[in-house]
Amino acid sequence: MRVYLDHAATTPCDTEVIKAMEPYWQVKFGNPSSPHRLGGEAEEAIEQARAQVASLIGAESGEIIFTGSGTASDNLAIKGVAFKWQKRGRHIVTTQIEHPAVLESCRWLEKQNFKVTYLPVDEWGVVQVSDVAQVIREDTILVSIMHGNNEVGSIQPIEQISQLTSERGIYLHVDAVQTGGSIPINVKTLGADLLSLSAHKLYGPKGVGALYLKKGGTLDPWLHGGQQENRWRASTQNVPGIVGFGRAAELVCERIVEDSDRLLILRDKLRDGLLNRIPDIRINGHLTERLPSNVNVSVAGVEGEGMVLHLDAAGIMCSTGSACSAHNLQPSHVLMAMGIRHEIAHGSLRFTLGRSTTEEEIDYVLEVLPAIVEKLRVMSPLVQERVA
Amino acid sequence: MLKYSEKVKDHLMNPRNVGTIENPSGVGSVGNPVCGDIMEMYLKVEEGIIVDAKFRTFGCGAAIATSSMVTELAKGKTIEEAMGITKDVLINELDGLPPVKTHCSVLGIDALQKAIMDFKAKKSA
Repeated sequence: MRVYLDHAATTPCDTEVIKAMEPYWQVKFGNPSSPHRLGGEAEEAIEQARAQVASLIGAESGEIIFTGSGTASDNLAIKGVAFKWQKRGRHIVTTQIEHPAVLESCRWLEKQNFKVTYLPVDEWGVVQVSDVAQVIREDTILVSIMHGNNEVGSIQPIEQISQLTSERGIYLHVDAVQTGGSIPINVKTLGADLLSLSAHKLYGPKGVGALYLKKGGTLDPWLHGGQQENRWRASTQNVPGIVGFGRAAELVCERIVEDSDRLLILRDKLRDGLLNRIPDIRINGHLTERLPSNVNVSVAGVEGEGMVLHLDAAGIMCSTGSACSAHNLQPSHVLMAMGIRHEIAHGSLRFTLGRSTTEEEIDYVLEVLPAIVEKLRVMSPLVQERVA
Repeated sequence: MLKYSEKVKDHLMNPRNVGTIENPSGVGSVGNPVCGDIMEMYLKVEEGIIVDAKFRTFGCGAAIATSSMVTELAKGKTIEEAMGITKDVLINELDGLPPVKTHCSVLGIDALQKAIMDFKAKKSA
């Protein structure tokens, strides 16, 4: 049995998406900037996709900038606002649990003499609105907080935070790469000025992202050398990718309610099943305010990579926040920010469900994982009483 | 994703010599929970020869595989021969380790040497 439970890492392209993209590789291959009919055809396709992505998040077409990835969107938003508005102030607020695309952009800005406040989160992985209120200063120009956390799935109180930023004229950037396609998003309700999306997290192709920039908002472009995307992002557009993104966004709009209702049931079945069948296991992240696709657990006394490799051998693909699976050997910065002890963070497992996930697959995980944990615990010096 | 050799995978999936030894001749424990690796090595020594070796490890796939391989290499060797097992020998026996996992092999060797030192200390006591 092959069971893919790593949809937060990436999703497969929907067949409909591939079908929509197909003509744009070879037949309708024009450059959207070209003055002839092939160029016009490509431009039209991009504009249709722009409208499709806009309607996924309740935006207008003109507010969507296509980029090369979610990371590219985050970089453009953060560096773009920082450089555009640096005369007004050089202070940025973010959290300790952001994706590296946001964290590393902020760290780089610190080297350019910007000041950054990295807010802590509570034990559920949620930032406190009062903390945001407390650290906002006269010279704060940008607040960048993710919508849903990619590791533990906790949803952040963006709506309340946007009340703080909007009344002070501070830009609010929301990294919605994990929530786009997973839960309904409306930029107006959220109160976001900027919002990042990625196509491959919502059954679209890799290599395409989008940045919502609220009408009237402005930033310094990061790539120079062309008029594309209203000058916000020079580069010949990835036409097939953008077309695929558009179709994927359209499919999400059609399916999101049905998908998330189904996933919630499977998610809770997996969570409860793990809690019932494996002793000394804990849930990481918020119990209710979390993505419908995310189950993150820590298994006491066992290290995550060993579990991931054993699960992989059994055909089950998932991920871990353990240091040992990372190339930098650092444990998950998200679990650390939540105040979770090192050895518990090392024993974390993340399952992220998706459209293809079935009840049989969940049953299979519940059948396989307890035995793997038992095997690894027998080996572990951290589980004294279990060793004969 | 990290690429492990077939041998590393085999020792991870089917680790040899898991457990503890009652009344061991020597015990070595290395690592800490913060770094994510803890290894315990148990030795039974008879007439200067390691007749049995067992381990318990909390750690990644490479840590488990190196622990398993160290016990295999140590068994049947004299104390002097076992002291001569280096991390390079260990890595070689495992058909290589990803560079970022080299520290796991160092831990394996450290655990073995600590167990041997413990044996020597007990003997001279």
